[in-house]
Amino acid sequence: MSRRPNNRLGRLERSAIQGVLVREITNFGSFWRSTTFASTVDPTIYLLAFGFGFGTLVSRVGELDYVEFVGTGIVATAVLFSSVFPAMFGTFVKYQYQRTYDAILAAPVDTEELVTGEALWIAMRAGTYGNVPLLVAMVFGLDPSLGMLLVPFIAFIAGFGWACFGIMIAGLLKSIDNFNYVTSTVITPTFLVAGTFFPLSGLPDWAQVLGNVNPLHHCVELVRHAAFGWDPSHDAGHLAALVAFAIVMWRLAIRALERKLIN
Amino acid sequence: MPALAIRLRSVVKRYGEIVAVDGLDLDVPEGTCVGLLGPNGAGKSTTMRMLTAQTIADSGELEVLGFTLPRESKQARALCGVVPQMDNLDTTLTVEQNLRVFAHLYRLGRNERREAIERALQVSNLTERRASKADELSGGMRRRLLIARALVHRPRLLLMDEPTVGLDPQVRQELWALIDQLRSEGTSILMSTHYIEEAQRLADTVTIMAHGSAVATGRPRELVVQHAGRDVLEVYGPPARLAEVEGEAVASGVRTRRTGTSVALLGIEGRDGELPEGVRRSANLEDVFVLLTGEEVA
Repeated sequence: MSRRPNNRLGRLERSAIQGVLVREITNFGSFWRSTTFASTVDPTIYLLAFGFGFGTLVSRVGELDYVEFVGTGIVATAVLFSSVFPAMFGTFVKYQYQRTYDAILAAPVDTEELVTGEALWIAMRAGTYGNVPLLVAMVFGLDPSLGMLLVPFIAFIAGFGWACFGIMIAGLLKSIDNFNYVTSTVITPTFLVAGTFFPLSGLPDWAQVLGNVNPLHHCVELVRHAAFGWDPSHDAGHLAALVAFAIVMWRLAIRALERKLIN
Repeated sequence: MPALAIRLRSVVKRYGEIVAVDGLDLDVPEGTCVGLLGPNGAGKSTTMRMLTAQTIADSGELEVLGFTLPRESKQARALCGVVPQMDNLDTTLTVEQNLRVFAHLYRLGRNERREAIERALQVSNLTERRASKADELSGGMRRRLLIARALVHRPRLLLMDEPTVGLDPQVRQELWALIDQLRSEGTSILMSTHYIEEAQRLADTVTIMAHGSAVATGRPRELVVQHAGRDVLEVYGPPARLAEVEGEAVASGVRTRRTGTSVALLGIEGRDGELPEGVRRSANLEDVFVLLTGEEVA
């Protein structure tokens, strides 16, 4: 028997989460090109469409050039898309069609560790791909700033929350076709009413309230402040909202998947 | 009394109204191969899933390698290898990558991994296909890879759920040789199957399950003698004739079973004079299986 003697078998063990990560990273080797392509081209198209489309009508939002406004806003869109969709579809495919989770849970890995590992990996990808819009916007005139170095961390936290949201949805829904309901009712409004393409301040009061409970809005605000200057009193709140969203979704995702996988 | 790799007592699992496992007792002595035999729906797969705590029993005692389930299931899982009924390899990864991922999931240290992968490749005879993607392999090779993947950490107990289902006879024999080799090396094995020949060839002891509980346990040969006697006479004929033979046999205290095309009279040794014409053969495990699990499969 070849096992390190001090391997404690408790909850949230590093070696279990690491095993889940190794599996994901190994698999990523076979599809990273297409993922990277989509994650680079999508924000470019958004920037071109909104930048040149709206940009001719709206030259400035508040104190920002429109390209600065949209270029930073689209970071949140990139984070959302690179986390929630892989989480929803990937989780469903892995338990329903590929039966991957049956194999992983037969190993010394619990559902809690499985969900944590999967969400961490997706969050790392979101933390990476979330920077692409900034780089693209720099080509169109966004000035680099020191604060932007924190954008990967903001994107990571938001990505973790949305990854867990996606895993939870995959655990709750019985059919992959039903994902359309979630996309239409949750994800589309989420990415439109987040202050990405237009500021929330122009919206009616009720929509502003909704915008403020939208976790993506907090991500948008943090990224803009990272790029153009912090607003300490508000930013602590934004960060707290993102962290709270991530923690609540994490626990809900574990519970939803446990119900699905352990019966 | 040898140590038990698996010990189940009065295990019950319900899904709503359906009782999938109904008071199951099961022992797997260490170092032996136990065959869990039963028709579809007898509760074999549910039992296998309970042993890795992917299904949680409603009541009863479950111990795997001395660990109490489900509380200590993770410790037990670290020492078990599982070959699932449904192929769940990572199809876009190579043979070697599939093994490496599981070397990580089973927590082998950096220095042990390379050697463990080589050994698993060798045992499953896949060394030359190490760089092939899993979906380029034949059905038999994929099965071998599934077994290799379950062996990468040298488990003390191997759980196999219908390991040869859906494979050609040649491929099945090849896998039997592999399983037999593992057993001879001292690995404890629990194997669910509905192929009687598989159980007869590989298992030291067989537990026959029907409707969620064990209806017989023992060495295959002893079970045959105990339930079906030594000799069997198969009588062929049109359905009316078969019914007649059946009636006469039952009246004279001989047990029978239908085989589809014939009626088999069981345990006919020493009854030479009174028998109809037919083909004599030795009793086998299939006779026991049908006798104990019912002629009609629900």
